Amino acid sequence: MSSVEQRAAPLSRGGDWTFELLQEYDYEIGKIAKEFGLDTYPNQIEVISSEQMLDAYASVGLPISYTHWSYGKEFIRNEEGYRRGMRGLAYELVINSDPCIAYLMEDNSMPMQALVIAHACFGHNSFFKGNYLFKQWTSADAIVDYMVFARKYIFECEQKFGIDKVEETLDACHALMDHGVDRFHRPSPLSAYEELQRQHDRAEHARMQFDDIWRTLPRQDKGGAKEHKVKKAVFPPEPQENLLYFIEKYSPTLETWQREIVRIVRKLAQYFYPQGLTKVMNEGWATFWHYTLLNTMYDRGLVDDGFMFEVLQSHTNVVMQPGFDHPGYSGINPYALGFNMMRDIRRICENPDDEDRAWFPDIAGSDWRETLDFAMRNYKDESFIAQYLSPKLIREFHLFAIADIQKDEHLRVAAIHDDEGYREVRRMLSRQYNRDVLVPDIQIQRYEHMGDRSLVLRYQRLHDRPLTEDAREVLKHLSTLWGFKVTMEIFDDKEGVVDQIEVLPAR
Amino acid sequence: MSMIIDRRLNDRNKNATNRQRFIRRYKAQLKRAVADVVAERSITDIGRGGEVGIPVKDITEPRFRIGRGGDREMVHPGNKEFTKGDLIARPQGGGGGGSGQGGGGDGGDGQDNFMFTLSKEEFMNLFFDDLELPRLARNVLGDSKQFKYRRAGYTPSGVPANLSVPRSLKNAMARRLALQSPLKRELRELEQSGAPAEEIDALKSRIERVPFLDEYDLRFRHRVKEPKPISRAVMFCLMDVSASMSEQKKDLAKRFFTLLYMFLSRKYEQVDLVFIRHTSNAEEVDEEAFFHDPQTGGTVVMSALNLMMEIIEERYSGNDWNIYGSQVSDGDAFGSDPQRSCARLSRDILPLCRYFSYVEVPDSPSSITPLGGAYSQIQNVNFAMKTVMHRGDVYPVLRDLFQKEAA
Repeated sequence: MSSVEQRAAPLSRGGDWTFELLQEYDYEIGKIAKEFGLDTYPNQIEVISSEQMLDAYASVGLPISYTHWSYGKEFIRNEEGYRRGMRGLAYELVINSDPCIAYLMEDNSMPMQALVIAHACFGHNSFFKGNYLFKQWTSADAIVDYMVFARKYIFECEQKFGIDKVEETLDACHALMDHGVDRFHRPSPLSAYEELQRQHDRAEHARMQFDDIWRTLPRQDKGGAKEHKVKKAVFPPEPQENLLYFIEKYSPTLETWQREIVRIVRKLAQYFYPQGLTKVMNEGWATFWHYTLLNTMYDRGLVDDGFMFEVLQSHTNVVMQPGFDHPGYSGINPYALGFNMMRDIRRICENPDDEDRAWFPDIAGSDWRETLDFAMRNYKDESFIAQYLSPKLIREFHLFAIADIQKDEHLRVAAIHDDEGYREVRRMLSRQYNRDVLVPDIQIQRYEHMGDRSLVLRYQRLHDRPLTEDAREVLKHLSTLWGFKVTMEIFDDKEGVVDQIEVLPAR
Repeated sequence: MSMIIDRRLNDRNKNATNRQRFIRRYKAQLKRAVADVVAERSITDIGRGGEVGIPVKDITEPRFRIGRGGDREMVHPGNKEFTKGDLIARPQGGGGGGSGQGGGGDGGDGQDNFMFTLSKEEFMNLFFDDLELPRLARNVLGDSKQFKYRRAGYTPSGVPANLSVPRSLKNAMARRLALQSPLKRELRELEQSGAPAEEIDALKSRIERVPFLDEYDLRFRHRVKEPKPISRAVMFCLMDVSASMSEQKKDLAKRFFTLLYMFLSRKYEQVDLVFIRHTSNAEEVDEEAFFHDPQTGGTVVMSALNLMMEIIEERYSGNDWNIYGSQVSDGDAFGSDPQRSCARLSRDILPLCRYFSYVEVPDSPSSITPLGGAYSQIQNVNFAMKTVMHRGDVYPVLRDLFQKEAA
């Protein structure tokens, strides 16, 4: 009797949603999230149509961005795919901003809307707010304002210097976008106003410093030149991995406005940097929480069976992991791995067995809320997997490692999900999420600032892995920004410089 | 508490500019694709929007990426039978074993071409981009929707934006001088004659009461609307439908005229089209009959030219009209017809025309047809001659004939 009384009536039945219902669901989900201790930015939920969703897709998931043909291409690609039915639209899109903006599509049913609210507005949102990489690299409160500034600035540049010139600069910057982050320095937070002020100051300073009289001074005599020669040293003193930053600061030919554009793209790259490093965790966290939050609602009778069926059906699709021999296999599904790891951590905390106690003595039997929260805050994919992937999960996923040695005729199975292989599999899987595996390690080696002003880059080749053919094209873009010869050395630890690519600017 | 906002009514086409930028960047490729598409279409479909493709390699954005080759280790799920140390043959042609990292291979999709749909508007824009009627002159007043504004002096009334300050102040000064000087003269006389102070003061205050600026002084710049001379043009479409014109040749001819028709009706609001088809005698027909009526018979080219002259004299005489002609024929003509036609054209018609183009659809590209042979002797800058053999030639020939002259 009493249990029946405790169960509340479902908030709604059937698939139709209204704004009042959204508000109600949001309120209930938010209440439960608070009970679990999720700390979030305030939410701004925007209901949009599917066309608007396509729009939002194109501008790399930001509500506003500058104009560029590549976004048009992306938009056309998505639109065509959607029209032909080749791809559905994502149910949700969420922006790491404060307030956290999440989009709901109008044609989704009520259960789907609730799923998205739980997933995006509480799952992703709390991740954005809590994870150390996001805290360090992004300024959630400033990004939207900054993009407004960027859009306006680039629009003005187009007016002043012509669309083609701006496009050329942007193309070149986009090609180098993966190399616009200084991994070992903490970036300073940005605000659109300060940015505007700083940019203005820079331009103003350059203008004040300009004095035509210097041009008329007689050249220095030989003695001076000699002195210079003695001082000549390798520059930069240490190799630089942030190519965009180096170009912005030292390019001998860029105009001020071009430097500003390089800066904008660099800031954008920086904003997206944490997302690439936390795919598994971020999606796993959000999926874990929509699963947990909605199940709690169901336990309390706030939603009915039909609701739960629809949610679970969609949830199951998302966390499906096809095997390596499945035709639909395209690598490890971050949702599946992340979700299962999060759930596994909870299991280890709540019901540890002997294996767990041996492998995870520090968390077995601890409070799962605290443990999960700690993991979310302090890890990225690479370290998260290295730390928390349990033997049980390795068995469940039937994970195995393949060693592909170029000179061998066959691929070799390096480790499988057995006692001797667990650590090996875990180590290799974690390495797979290391940024160096995804983005080649390319650094600026020398800038001949006293000579022909050419730039020398170095690709640190790992395990004989070559660069794709694209490299030459990227170098061409780089030399457009640089204005002088650009050389890239392919460097191998054992063999030294094995090859080099040289590109002259097109003039 | 979350904020829930309905954004469905916000503008939808946020990416229109980006899309246009994309089309702008790949204009050359798209133009080629559009021309190919049109060659394959049936005549009635020519004007629709449609799907075009650009080679994927043209639109990829380069990045530094790690390629295939070298040593690597990858972890995959779903092991069924392998144990440690098993050797597996390398999968052929890349595939499964390739990229272990998710999201790696998104670009390819196994397509060679990046296919997408152009709207009718975009399609036509690309299609008829930089074509024009040569030597079109703006020569007629009236009937026009275009106006320009011309300065026409000053008026005493108008909107504040048009206020002419110097004019108004000049007027004000004149008025002040006119009103004040007799009073001042009177004042001087009073002062010399030693009149009572009250009288002098009263006069002074009268002088002071003349306002600095009054409403009568205001002058506004005046502008009048003037109609702009417009260009009125007429295009004569002359098509040979004699028995020697096979179905295939008629198809080429109709394609040419369809494109011409679309080009003119799209670019010029005020172009009259006159359709003339001829066998052994010519008749003026409407669009419908011109493109669809399967009539046939003998050949007298002269008849069509005569009819064209008649129509010019009747309806398009005088200097008001820019006259254009376009003739398509297989070049078969008999007896004295080619020579007479040629003479008629060069003597009577060409002097009246801005431009006359002759497109031949002969049996073979090498043979010289009677009509083509006769026409080739015409030396006139207003005359152009082209040969079309295949569907694919039609559009390039049209482009050639109506290419915009470099300004």
